[in-house]
Amino acid sequence: MSTDRKARIATVSLAGCFGCHMAILDMDERLIDLMARVEFDRSPLNDLKRFTGRCDIGIVEGGCCNEENVHTLQEFRRNCDVLVALGQCAIMGGLPAMRNAIMHSDDPLRDCLDEAYLSSPYTRNLTNTVPNDPVLPLLLDRVYPCSEVVEIDLQIPGCAPSGDIIHDTLIALLDGKFRGFERTELRFD
Amino acid sequence: MVQSQTDIATPAEIEAICARFDDDPHRMLDILQEVQTRFRCVSPEVMEVVASATGLTRVAVDAVVSFYSFLSDAPKGRVTIRLCDDIVDRFSGLDAVIAAFEAELGIKVGQTSGDGAFSLEVTACIGMCDQAPAAMINDVVLTSLTAERVRDLVTQLKEGVDPGLLIGSRYYEKPPQDRIRDAVRNNIRRAGAVLLGPVPADSGLKKALQMRPEQVIDIIEDSGLRGCGGAGFPAGKKLRHATQNDSTRRFVFCNADEGEPGTFKDRVLLTERAHLMVEGMTVAARAIGAEEGLIYLRGEYTYMRDHILAVLDDRRARGLLGRNIMGMEGSHFDVRLQMGAGSYVCGEAGALISSCEGLPGEPKGRLPLPTERGYLGLPTVVNNVETFCHIARVMDRGAEWFRGMGTDTSPGTKLFSVSGDCLNPGIYELEYGLTLAELLDMAGAPEAAAVMVGGPSGTIIGREHFGRRLVFGDLPTGGAVMIFGPHRNILEIVDYYMGFFVHESCGYCTPCRVGNVFLHKAVQKIRAGQGKQADLDYIREYSATIMETSRCGLGQTSPNPILSTLKNFPLLYSAMLKGGGDRTQPTFDIQDAIEEARSIAQRRSYIFDRDFTQ
Ligand SMILES: Cc1cc2nc3c(=O)[nH]c(=O)nc-3n(C[C@H](O)[C@H](O)[C@H](O)COP(=O)(O)O)c2cc1C
Ligand code: SF4
Ligand code: SF4
Repeated sequence: MSTDRKARIATVSLAGCFGCHMAILDMDERLIDLMARVEFDRSPLNDLKRFTGRCDIGIVEGGCCNEENVHTLQEFRRNCDVLVALGQCAIMGGLPAMRNAIMHSDDPLRDCLDEAYLSSPYTRNLTNTVPNDPVLPLLLDRVYPCSEVVEIDLQIPGCAPSGDIIHDTLIALLDGKFRGFERTELRFD
Repeated sequence: MVQSQTDIATPAEIEAICARFDDDPHRMLDILQEVQTRFRCVSPEVMEVVASATGLTRVAVDAVVSFYSFLSDAPKGRVTIRLCDDIVDRFSGLDAVIAAFEAELGIKVGQTSGDGAFSLEVTACIGMCDQAPAAMINDVVLTSLTAERVRDLVTQLKEGVDPGLLIGSRYYEKPPQDRIRDAVRNNIRRAGAVLLGPVPADSGLKKALQMRPEQVIDIIEDSGLRGCGGAGFPAGKKLRHATQNDSTRRFVFCNADEGEPGTFKDRVLLTERAHLMVEGMTVAARAIGAEEGLIYLRGEYTYMRDHILAVLDDRRARGLLGRNIMGMEGSHFDVRLQMGAGSYVCGEAGALISSCEGLPGEPKGRLPLPTERGYLGLPTVVNNVETFCHIARVMDRGAEWFRGMGTDTSPGTKLFSVSGDCLNPGIYELEYGLTLAELLDMAGAPEAAAVMVGGPSGTIIGREHFGRRLVFGDLPTGGAVMIFGPHRNILEIVDYYMGFFVHESCGYCTPCRVGNVFLHKAVQKIRAGQGKQADLDYIREYSATIMETSRCGLGQTSPNPILSTLKNFPLLYSAMLKGGGDRTQPTFDIQDAIEEARSIAQRRSYIFDRDFTQ
């Protein structure tokens, strides 16, 4: 990456809880230094909804649970040079992928929706129907980690990853010096 | 599942079976096999009874039942048909045979008929590759099947004809040795000087008994004989190692598990040279001072059980086994037959010993060697059938005679079991050192495009390697030489054998249990045209991990079908790889992924489906 222009970063939250985006903010005051070197394109952090140009780095939180996630992820792959999966949901499917455990059923997705909207003792659903508004994207048969849908260049582990590891990884990437993680950085508490 | 009254086991009957084996937990496999044969399953209730009789927990018994594919906790049909599903059978019309069985029996592979009369299953190589497609019907083996023959067979079986009588109406009147020859052809194409040519009875043993044990070992060591089961360990060295301890009890085990797909030479030796094999075991026993021996015969060869038992009985009757062999005061040795129950890994020496100890057939740790701590923790020599036959011959004719054949590092002769796309499949006894091309010539395979040498754990090579020699150090083999013509799909072969290893892994080591599944999936991905260059790197990396970290030879060799074809047929793989310029994953199919949601929502996808209403 050349130093005379700022690197362009895009971020998105797919099937995640936004915890990973919160973790980006956990860089705290180092964000100010970072901003001297990068500018944000499409991202919930600045509420830009579309790419304005090609990006150097794309950061993806969350895996794919519906068709819109897939569509967005493919757009990120098309528009970013280095695509980073941030956090366990993006890497492995994470918490949303718990629904993948419904396997011994002929119709796992229907069972999942029934459980969520109709049959669970904790559900209070006055219409007693599964939501089916045309604006709702179709769910995928299971939750996919990002790497099963597009090629992912780099995975930053953690749930959520620490502000430190995100910061250090981005800086190393910008310096062209990223060589993998130290063992001590890979912790999940 | 309907069971006729007589099929339900009473606790007393089960206890009686256990008592016949002295309630000995080490005889668990025999006990369970007996129960399986009589009652067609080992039900959870029966496991309780067996457990309390043998002083084990039910879980321990269950672990054994679930390990072996010939034992089952759900009832099998009174007639259980196991079709050999090796790649050679698939290439020889197995599909039509399966279809005929399914149509005639009205059940699919993996099912048991509602009346409990028939089960239909597929199984890995049963050692009949030279006469594929083959099947086991209960214990009886039938070969060279066709759809037409199947229709006739099933008609007879439904009329209640005993499976043995399918081979000939006088099957049971014949002596065991003739029965097995009627059932399965030997297909001996070349008889060599050592094993399949004329062999004088027991003259090797006679000489060994007149020598001191060390002399016997010296001669075998001097002959340079190497183990014929695959690894080629020097036979004399193994014997010597077994004596280097102060144990007073040692064992000689004969490995007749012959599980490596494409290998069927032990089948022929067991048929034609069973006496020679036991003679060799007796020589080995003399060499190491063992009084107890065991033959581990694979479950697929149960049709030969009576024959082997008859050979052992005959030898006992003639003073060649038992107390004071050939009148030699203090020379005692006897042999027990242990049947396997359908597990490839049980051919591995440590797993074989576990299996004989009544445990699930899991390999032991790499050390100590069985010669130090083997069966029941005591020194045990495990050799292949062919190795024991060689030992007897070396004793008779001497080390020099033996070394006069073959090459310096691989002396003597070797049995090759040749199968696949050739005119003359069968057994060739040849001196070590000939080239593969020479063997292909004899077998009548001018078209051969690929050859698998040494089974799936060996290597798959192409034409440019046919000049290599069949010796240790170049192209080693336990005997299997499988030939594939130019019309065969090599990736299909690789796919099949990776599936084989997935199925046969005992599961002890995670890299072998899980890694082979990943490798198998990667091959299937490439076969489906969805692979990328990165998948090849992934395969190589995974293979290295599996081979390095697995406990036994299975995991240490299981990536070979992929690795050897990657090396020898690189174009095949690159032709199947996807360019993948957009960096999306070809394996992900959005239409598949939203199919279910589309049918629940009853509408199209507004993102991925075109709108045909406009
Ligand atoms: C997975 C696996 C399966 C094996 N199967 C057989 C077999 O069926 N027959 C055999 O003789 N050796 C088999 N072996 C080799 C044995 O472990 C052992 O080396 C051999 O029986 C020793 O006898 P030998 O020195 O006479 O060859 C197998 C090894 C492995 C790792
Ligand atoms: S990885 Fe953890 S923090 Fe990040 S989106 Fe998933 S659940 Fe939230
Ligand atoms: S390598 Fe495979 S077969 Fe061998 S012990 Fe390990 S898991 Fe079992």
